[in-house]
Amino acid sequence: MALAFDEYGRPFIIIREQDKKSRLRGLDAQKANITAGKAVARILRTSLGPKGMDKMLQSPDGDVTITNDGATILEQMDVDNQIAKLMVELSRSQDYEIGDGTTGVVVLAGALLEQAEKLLERGIHPVRIAEGYEMASRIAVEHLEHIAQKFEYSVSNIEPLVQTCMTTLSSKIVSRCKRTIAEIAVKAVLAVADLERKDVNLDLIKVEGKVGGKLEDTELIYGILVDKDMSHPQMPKRIEDAKIAILTCPFEPPKPKTKHKVDIDTVEKFQTLRHQEQKYFNDMVQKCKDVGATLVICQWGFDDEANHLLMHHNLPAVRWVGGVELELIAIATGGRIVPRFQELTPEKLGKAGIVREKSFGTTKDRMLYIEQCANSRAVTIFIRGGNKMMIEETKRSLHDALCVARNLIRNNFIVYGGGSAEISCSIAVESGADGYPGVEQYAIRSFAEALDSIPMALAENSGLQPIETLSAVKSQHIKEKTPFCGIDCNDVGTNNMQEQFVFETLIGKRQQILLATQVVKMILKIDDVISPSDY
Amino acid sequence: MAVERLLKDEATEEKGERARMASFIGAVAIADLVKTTLGPKGMDKILQSTGRGRSVTVTNDGATILKSLHIDNPAAKVLVDISKVQDDEVGDGTTSVVVLAGELLREAEKLTNANVHPMTIIAGYRMAAECARNALLQKVLDNKEDPEKFKSDLMNIARTTLSSKILSQDKEHFAKLAVEAVFRLKGSTNLEAIQIIKKAGGSLVDSFLDEGFILDKKIGIGQPKRIENAKILVANTAMDTDKVKIYGARVRVDSMAKVAEIETAEKEKMREKVQKIIAHGINCFINRQLIYNFPEELFADAGILSIEHADFEGIERLALVTGGEIASTFDNPESVKLGHCKLIEEIMIGEDRLIKFSEVEMGQACTVVLRGASQHVLDEAERSLHDALCVLSQTVNDTRVLLGGGWPEMVMAKEVDDLARKTPGKRSLAVEAFSRSLQAIPTIIADNAGLDSAELISQLRAEHHKQKSNAGIDVISGSVGDMEKLGISESFKVKQAVLRSATEAAEMILRVDQIITCAPRRREDRM
Repeated sequence: MALAFDEYGRPFIIIREQDKKSRLRGLDAQKANITAGKAVARILRTSLGPKGMDKMLQSPDGDVTITNDGATILEQMDVDNQIAKLMVELSRSQDYEIGDGTTGVVVLAGALLEQAEKLLERGIHPVRIAEGYEMASRIAVEHLEHIAQKFEYSVSNIEPLVQTCMTTLSSKIVSRCKRTIAEIAVKAVLAVADLERKDVNLDLIKVEGKVGGKLEDTELIYGILVDKDMSHPQMPKRIEDAKIAILTCPFEPPKPKTKHKVDIDTVEKFQTLRHQEQKYFNDMVQKCKDVGATLVICQWGFDDEANHLLMHHNLPAVRWVGGVELELIAIATGGRIVPRFQELTPEKLGKAGIVREKSFGTTKDRMLYIEQCANSRAVTIFIRGGNKMMIEETKRSLHDALCVARNLIRNNFIVYGGGSAEISCSIAVESGADGYPGVEQYAIRSFAEALDSIPMALAENSGLQPIETLSAVKSQHIKEKTPFCGIDCNDVGTNNMQEQFVFETLIGKRQQILLATQVVKMILKIDDVISPSDY
Repeated sequence: MAVERLLKDEATEEKGERARMASFIGAVAIADLVKTTLGPKGMDKILQSTGRGRSVTVTNDGATILKSLHIDNPAAKVLVDISKVQDDEVGDGTTSVVVLAGELLREAEKLTNANVHPMTIIAGYRMAAECARNALLQKVLDNKEDPEKFKSDLMNIARTTLSSKILSQDKEHFAKLAVEAVFRLKGSTNLEAIQIIKKAGGSLVDSFLDEGFILDKKIGIGQPKRIENAKILVANTAMDTDKVKIYGARVRVDSMAKVAEIETAEKEKMREKVQKIIAHGINCFINRQLIYNFPEELFADAGILSIEHADFEGIERLALVTGGEIASTFDNPESVKLGHCKLIEEIMIGEDRLIKFSEVEMGQACTVVLRGASQHVLDEAERSLHDALCVLSQTVNDTRVLLGGGWPEMVMAKEVDDLARKTPGKRSLAVEAFSRSLQAIPTIIADNAGLDSAELISQLRAEHHKQKSNAGIDVISGSVGDMEKLGISESFKVKQAVLRSATEAAEMILRVDQIITCAPRRREDRM
């Protein structure tokens, strides 16, 4: 522990409660950080690729999650180490930006750290390593753009999109029916996509899950699905050509926000108040009826009396609909959310072709389908599956697939998967290294080696001989100049990813390399770790 | 330098072989736990709750047993979950699904010990499950066209389902009861219209099915005990003091006289309300909320039968079966739909007086009154009957039927075996294991009945090698018998769900190679 001394030779304290803090400095700090980062990457390494394994996570409350989605694993892992937390952040930001490749990015970062450790042992300064990595990543990204191929699709020809989504899904537990799910994902994204602006608002796609049935029953609904039922058991279960009033005010007497008291001291007052109250209810229902609504969807609850009046006026209603769902319904049906009964006008009503209630299984679960909406730009994907964990995992997988489809619409360049892009970049970086004089050259070479670790992990997980397979593919790349040869994980018999239809998005790959490099740079630049020692 | 601690204190992490072993052990333990309840000679379990009163449940329903367990092993939780889902979806087969998943994992454990990669096992299981399903589809019987035969199918299914439960003594009686109840539903799976009332006393045989609806409530004092051609108003309204719902209103008076005035006004208001209700031309009024003495008296004066405090479900059911609507306001008597029934009367079951509504508007409704020696018996009887009703109502929709007594498992096992022989590569080992797991189910049924399972299964297998065999285990005589003649049937839908969920669960557990357990959340000790 470094202590500073003043001119009389007395030690003075720089850090508060210095003696209680543990402190790592210099090379020790870097090595400790690297070990932690590597440990995180090692956990995820076995989840990579179509033959990757799942992790079972038990939360503090005892709930079980089974997943092989990198971001989810790290999120729920209860990580305590600071550097490990950085890796968690890394995977999360990949998830936010791209949505897919969350495992790959961590594995790549782990490999970069591993290489950095070797360089440190040789006595190369960490900042020089970081700079080398930076240069290397630039070469790699340039090369990626070079090998990327433009990818043609149209609304009528969605096949290429489906193929790319299938690549993403093949590593998940839903791989059994990846075709169906990939098609659902692509159709959903196309339904909400704005092809002119090349933008997709994923908020418009709602993913609902219900336990029971089988995975194959998963369906895409061009409309909204609400996990609610009609407020009164005797309201009609099916409404055609519905005009929907979307309300955020309760069917109750108004509750002014200012504090007030109504005093009753005479019989007359008692009676007027009573009439007033009845009038409130009648007015409310009448207003809905007057504007021509045939269905009321309300964010709040109803009073018993209001409920009956609605029923009585043959006005079906749904209560306690959540805010997000309400917004979606408004978007889908082209209606407006109305905060006050007075502001209800016919133009503000939403329109839907069919609203129907559907019940499931032997329990009394019911759901409300709102279909054939005026504006079909909001869709719902309804997942069925054997149990809750299966549904949760399907939701996550579907999210990945949706993101991939969205990314392709934003930017329709692809690279080939199965580790082929990494191998190709690795070769490019390797040969580019010679052009740099100075210590950085070593770092750049190490970067190339780190890139190799992804196809290596893929081969390992698929039960192939990693070194043999990788070197075979690499030499093929150099000899035949074929940047689309990767690892044949599924034992199809060819390593030509073009033939296997294994695609990944260019932005996804690029982001992986950039993010991993950035985080590694950050970790390398740390040379002092101060933490409270009593934990 | 040692690896820094990555996880929080108390969080544990298990990897690779160890993780796999932990989940195998957990899952197999759960399967073994419920294994002995399988089949007609299966045993029951006593469950004692840790809550207050230490209440005891005696059951052999897999879902009920597993629901009540406190489990820590994550893999075991997966199995509990599938059993729950099976219960929600088809209602029966909750034990079988867990046992099958357990057997699949037991076989998988052997294979991993023999160095077969879990992914290969999964691939094999998937193939095998698909093949097994196709085998069942080919052998399925469908008597949709022939109502007579279909009814006998249903009877068989009901008998088979009930034979493993506490009701097995009187299964003939209950099977008939369940089939009749389900036929009344006319194809809907809405079991709400079938009401089950439990009354301790008498014996199980005394249980009966009553067309109509029975409400466990009392009729108000001084009101008619028997009404013919009843017109019923079902309501959900306050019949005590009607509160003013306007926010912030309160009564504030300055003299006694005014209190009296307001009281009269209140009374007047109630009287008005009652008048309005009477104006509907009803002779029976049923309210979800309390009816105070004052309005009750008014009703009695008008010769109207009033029933208070029927709970929410009761109200909804009553409205459903009598065809009335639940009313909360009474201003327009002409447009409120009233419920109708031929006869309302008070009946006695044992010591208790109940109200019976006969010949209600909706013919689907019926009530099963269960009688039994004790509350435990009744609870279990209700669960058993529920299972049977669920299966039957599902079968009415999906009329495909299979034979029982281990027959479907043997049929599947045979096809899967054939597939194993044709499959090249390591996957065939997994396919073979799948077939062994399927055969484990009849083995367990036989074992539970105290029979020589090894002998019986080998006989059964030989029998199934012939074309078109109907052989299964006849537990009663302890030999291989013709299931069609014995009338043992199962619903195709249940079997299919068992097969699918078990494979899915096994696959899910197999895919895991690492278990990370977070530190349990600390709870404040308030005790």
